[in-house]
Amino acid sequence: MQVTRDFSHYIRAAGAGLQHIDLAVEGVHCAGCMAKIERGLSAIPDVTLARVNLTDHRVALEWKAGTLDPGRFIDRLEELGYKAYPFETESAEVLEIAESRLLLRCLGVAAFAAMNVMMLSIPVWSGNVSDMLPEQRDFFHWLSALIALPAAAYAGQPFFRSAWRALSAKTTNMDVPISIGVILALGLSVVETIHHAEHAYFDAAIMLLTFLLVGRFLDQNMRRRTRAVAGNLAALKAETAAKFVGPDEISQVPVAAIHPGDIVLLRPGERCAVDGAVIEGRSEIDQSLITGETRYVTAEQGTPVYAGSMNISGSLRVRVSAASEATLLAEITRLLDNALQARSRYMRLADRASRLYAPVVHATALITILGWVIAGASWHDAIVTGVAVLIITCPCALGLAIPTVQTVASGAMFKSGVLLNSGDAIERLAEVDHVIFDKTGTLTLPDLEVTNAADVPAAIFGLAGRLALSSHHPVAAAVAEAAGARSPILGAVEEAGQGVRAVVDGVEIRLGRPSFCGAETLADGTNLHAEASLVAFSKGTEKFILSVRQGLRPDAQAVIAALKARNLGIEILSGDREPAVTAAAHALGISEWRAGVTPADKIARIEELKQRGFKVLMVGDGLNDAPSLAAAHVSMSPISAAHLSQATADLVFLGRPLAPVLAAIDVSRRALHLMQQNLWLAIGYNLLAVPVAIGGVVTPLIAAAAMSGSSILVMLNSVRARSALREIS
Amino acid sequence: MEILVILVPLALALGLAGLTAFLWSLKSGQYEDLDGAAWRAIADDDAEPAAARRLENKDGARS
Repeated sequence: MQVTRDFSHYIRAAGAGLQHIDLAVEGVHCAGCMAKIERGLSAIPDVTLARVNLTDHRVALEWKAGTLDPGRFIDRLEELGYKAYPFETESAEVLEIAESRLLLRCLGVAAFAAMNVMMLSIPVWSGNVSDMLPEQRDFFHWLSALIALPAAAYAGQPFFRSAWRALSAKTTNMDVPISIGVILALGLSVVETIHHAEHAYFDAAIMLLTFLLVGRFLDQNMRRRTRAVAGNLAALKAETAAKFVGPDEISQVPVAAIHPGDIVLLRPGERCAVDGAVIEGRSEIDQSLITGETRYVTAEQGTPVYAGSMNISGSLRVRVSAASEATLLAEITRLLDNALQARSRYMRLADRASRLYAPVVHATALITILGWVIAGASWHDAIVTGVAVLIITCPCALGLAIPTVQTVASGAMFKSGVLLNSGDAIERLAEVDHVIFDKTGTLTLPDLEVTNAADVPAAIFGLAGRLALSSHHPVAAAVAEAAGARSPILGAVEEAGQGVRAVVDGVEIRLGRPSFCGAETLADGTNLHAEASLVAFSKGTEKFILSVRQGLRPDAQAVIAALKARNLGIEILSGDREPAVTAAAHALGISEWRAGVTPADKIARIEELKQRGFKVLMVGDGLNDAPSLAAAHVSMSPISAAHLSQATADLVFLGRPLAPVLAAIDVSRRALHLMQQNLWLAIGYNLLAVPVAIGGVVTPLIAAAAMSGSSILVMLNSVRARSALREIS
Repeated sequence: MEILVILVPLALALGLAGLTAFLWSLKSGQYEDLDGAAWRAIADDDAEPAAARRLENKDGARS
């Protein structure tokens, strides 16, 4: 059988007879890597573009159509020492990029207009107290209008649209008071200019938009960066499958290019990327990622297999079933939808603040107008004062209060190996008081480990490791890695489903099932962990038993202890068998645990805790955890998790240790504190400024200065937090 | 005061020129990789022949 790599799914036509592909590259960190990769790839003839994006860790490549096989780029990068995978931009990411560009464009327009209107405003302010002629003032006001009106119409788009959507849905959000404030200020300014008045508010309105756009852009940029990195990681996991393109020919294709009815080959040691049923072959499969069950399941003709399960011993031909019809996935998707709907009711801190803020501000402005009319002022003067109140209470400090902290906090989390999937995850994570862990793949590492290496003589263990190199079996791979074996034994023969044997110095050595090595009695006599797989090694008449199982994450004990010290409730919910869960719970000192639970059970448990008023953090990785990840108040997933779980989780953490979970909680708590501090700063400013505005003594100069001052104060407070957050992580 | 008739449009024109330059740089993708751009500025000129060649004859069409 011959394997070809098919990249046609990822290649785009770039016009002018060129083809384009994006590759996600692992380990690009510095200018040196960038130059090395670009030089190395450009050296290939017919390559017209090789450009590294250091922010997203990607390479864009273009070459003359039909002259090159993209596989060559990947080989070349491998020679240079980088692992690369073809990459497809998700539609969500494309939308975010477009939105981020729109915000940056709006920000540019608003900043330009603000600077120029300010340039015209300062002569008016100084002229008002000296000798400016009314005609000159009007001329400057009209010029300001000419700049500010179109600029505000363009740069205000993000706010106007969002406010309109909110009003159409009969709710309010932060953008409603912003839009009303801006439109009223501009409208009033035009009226004032027509009446040759001394003051106009064009400068205040356009500055308000500028500051708000800065906040909006920071917020958006944080999410975009995370999504780009998370997208890369998904590509690095390289979910591909070997599809039969002929009766005896297979091609390695991306999962996205596989359709129901296709037949794929599942080789030993491979993780299945599709849902389907076995049509030929016999093997054992490890479904721990899906069900949490660590014991292997026998697969034969007709057995359903799910994406995420690992094939252990034999090759299988699998007919792909439609993903949506697959029973497990359909069940999980249904649960997931329900859970997501339930969670969408969560109100972000900023929205909660603005829900209180908008009516208060609008009521204050209205009362000011009515109050002045009752006190005998003209309608005109009363309305001018009312608008001054609206401008000075502009929510721009409020608009910056949260995104600035989010940006700093997401940077701190990124440093400690945590990626944020949603902006409000920080707020939700900070409120957590109960943590639920899945066991398999979350508290334990996803790969296997030899637990009793110390019981076997080092020379024997080394020999077993070398022999294990000749087998594809994951258990053998674990033995080989534990022994640090590098040179395989020549002439080793693998007997499918049994083990490997070879002859060294005239003595036969065997590694495999206890029965294969004649060590059944030894295996029955050992009293090792219930969840472990036993593998035997024999050298002539000497026989040894190795115990292989999923080890706990290296710092799991310390992290659990630290979480307990923070007064968080801890429990384990696992789909695995009871002895395996008991062992892990005991080792970690967790008193509350449940074994053999289904996805629906997990959700039920989370709902029960919610009813009792707990805010639950769910940490899990399996396909079966996806619905409970969505149902929990906030969720985390390791990077080794099933694709669906990772997409559902609010945060994704990298690496082998469990420490990022702890760091994320600490950072988010500190960040929430800062957000609240910023909101109080903004509110405190309003409490000082509003009485002055109601008094009717606010000139545009004071309004502009006060507004900018409060925004800058909030930004400085967030930047000050940078070092504190970095320390935690 | 008549000088304003020249100075004000001049100031506005300069501002607009700045804005146009910003929008152009945004469109040509110069804000897409700020980390990389910081390093490229100090990199040797011959470090990226194909990329440089390409940027010369193609401007805003990069997606």
